[in-house]
Amino acid sequence: MSDQLVYAMEVFLNGLMAGVLYALVALGFVLIYKASGIFNYAQGVMALFSAATLVGIMKGQVPFSHLINAIFDTDVHHFGWHLPALAGILLAAAFMVLLAWMVQKFVFRHLVGQEPIILFMATIGLAYFLEGFSDLMWGSEIKKLDVGLPQGINLWIDETTFNIFDYGFFIDNLDIVATVIAAILVFALVLFSQYTKQGRAMRAVADDHQAALSVGINLNFIWVMVWSLAGFVALVAGIMWGTKSGVQFSLSLIALKALPVLMLGGFTSIPGAIVGGLIIGVGEKLFEFAIGPMVGGATENWFAYVLALIFLVFRPQGLFGEKIIERV
Amino acid sequence: MNDMSADGYVTEDGRKIGGTLMEMKNITLRFGGVKAITDISFDIREGEIRAIIGPNGAGKSSMLNVISGFYVPQEGEVWYKGARRPQMKPYEVAQQGIARTFQNIALFEGMTVLDNVMTGRLNKMKTGLLSQAIWKGKAEREEVENREKVEKIIDFLEIQAIRKTPVARLPYGLKKRVELARALAAEPSILLLDEPMAGMNVEEKEDMSRFILDVNDEFGTTICLIEHDMGVVMDLSDRVVVMDYGKKIGDGTPDEVRSNQAVIDAYLGVSHD
Repeated sequence: MSDQLVYAMEVFLNGLMAGVLYALVALGFVLIYKASGIFNYAQGVMALFSAATLVGIMKGQVPFSHLINAIFDTDVHHFGWHLPALAGILLAAAFMVLLAWMVQKFVFRHLVGQEPIILFMATIGLAYFLEGFSDLMWGSEIKKLDVGLPQGINLWIDETTFNIFDYGFFIDNLDIVATVIAAILVFALVLFSQYTKQGRAMRAVADDHQAALSVGINLNFIWVMVWSLAGFVALVAGIMWGTKSGVQFSLSLIALKALPVLMLGGFTSIPGAIVGGLIIGVGEKLFEFAIGPMVGGATENWFAYVLALIFLVFRPQGLFGEKIIERV
Repeated sequence: MNDMSADGYVTEDGRKIGGTLMEMKNITLRFGGVKAITDISFDIREGEIRAIIGPNGAGKSSMLNVISGFYVPQEGEVWYKGARRPQMKPYEVAQQGIARTFQNIALFEGMTVLDNVMTGRLNKMKTGLLSQAIWKGKAEREEVENREKVEKIIDFLEIQAIRKTPVARLPYGLKKRVELARALAAEPSILLLDEPMAGMNVEEKEDMSRFILDVNDEFGTTICLIEHDMGVVMDLSDRVVVMDYGKKIGDGTPDEVRSNQAVIDAYLGVSHD
């Protein structure tokens, strides 16, 4: 087998795993968009905020410590405990539920029935608010996140591939774990929405508000539930990306990477988010590998957007989105 | 019609009509300066088919929306099962056993017929979020039980053949029937039907009339329906409220209403010379 082909295979595998992480972020968007028609620009910031909260909780950091110290002239920074990762994750998840409730209570409950563009603007506002709030609460420095996920090269794959191809693949353990967790999460979400009472209510609300009310569904409860789910997905994405490259502002920009994924997969399809993520992940890595050297590299920065643009022209509803039919 | 005592009576075709189930007292509803409903009172008895009729724009749909909690009247009281109903959200009204259909059909278009009808039973399912998420034992038994009830209703309304069809693909008449099935699935104390025959051809109207009568007969469901087609209503209902320009102009058995001069004027017009 030629060397080029073997390298391409490695690139392909790495692309798949990067794609899973994109899919994870896109999933949060799809959940909220399906149930409430809101395109949640704040999804990326939610990932950042949840990861920062997790770090803060695990380190026993005092929230708002800078503010408190400045006002009361004190010098508190830490409670002095260190929580195990699992407890920290559970508390952070609970915190995201609280956040979901507050977002619904203070923002979107008052905007029911408004134009989509107004709801979208509200999420932009929410994104900037949460970004600032996160800095105020936990500080803006780059934080290291370690919840005990394995990292570094997977030796088994390295050795196996070396024996076969005479060339060892570099696959990061973290990527493998992320793939497994994302797969479980997606599977659980699909089961939940298809086979449980709340899942059915969620689909009903997504379909028709008036009809949902008439069969006795509490819209507010469903929306809080959906924002909580999106918050939880954001937390998982935040943990993965945070472990990989530290909890920092750039984490919130992954939301922008999720946009082309959504255009490919369709805004309303959970499988679409997965497939879209994989296509973008693999596509940009392979493109960089094959074409990148000819055009001076850095194609990963724009490949996804150009691909999305092409899709917008030829298939605006995405691969799996609901077909747009206008009855005349 | 026999003696209409407070405790109920038996109709000519042998159905038992009970006491008052719901009472509207002096309802007034305004939209800004426009009065949609002016000081209307009437009652709905247990087991009867009660119709609200009137020309277009008479305020019939507004009345139904007041009953189902979608509109909140500025004045008046709603009494249900012997107690005054506090102000409620539509979903709370539904949870109290009042199911409804809509004039322009509000179904979950993306879901199958079966899933649509199952949503009607959401309030009958008691297991909590956690056990649902874990999905075992109690939740599973509950799903099976509810599924049986739903299948019974699907059989009853003769929509077995389209059980797995997404609702968006169905023709208008069938959609109306699916909506009725979803409302029935909740086993409601009162079933509100907003123009169940609107936009149907003669054959579909006859089918729908038969289903309404069968539902009332078989399950003893109290039905309150709105229609502007006088002919259909008179054959179906036990008692009729007639509205015109937001006011009540008649109330009684179909025969009484038919001979009421104000009703005739509203429907046929009066000469003003």
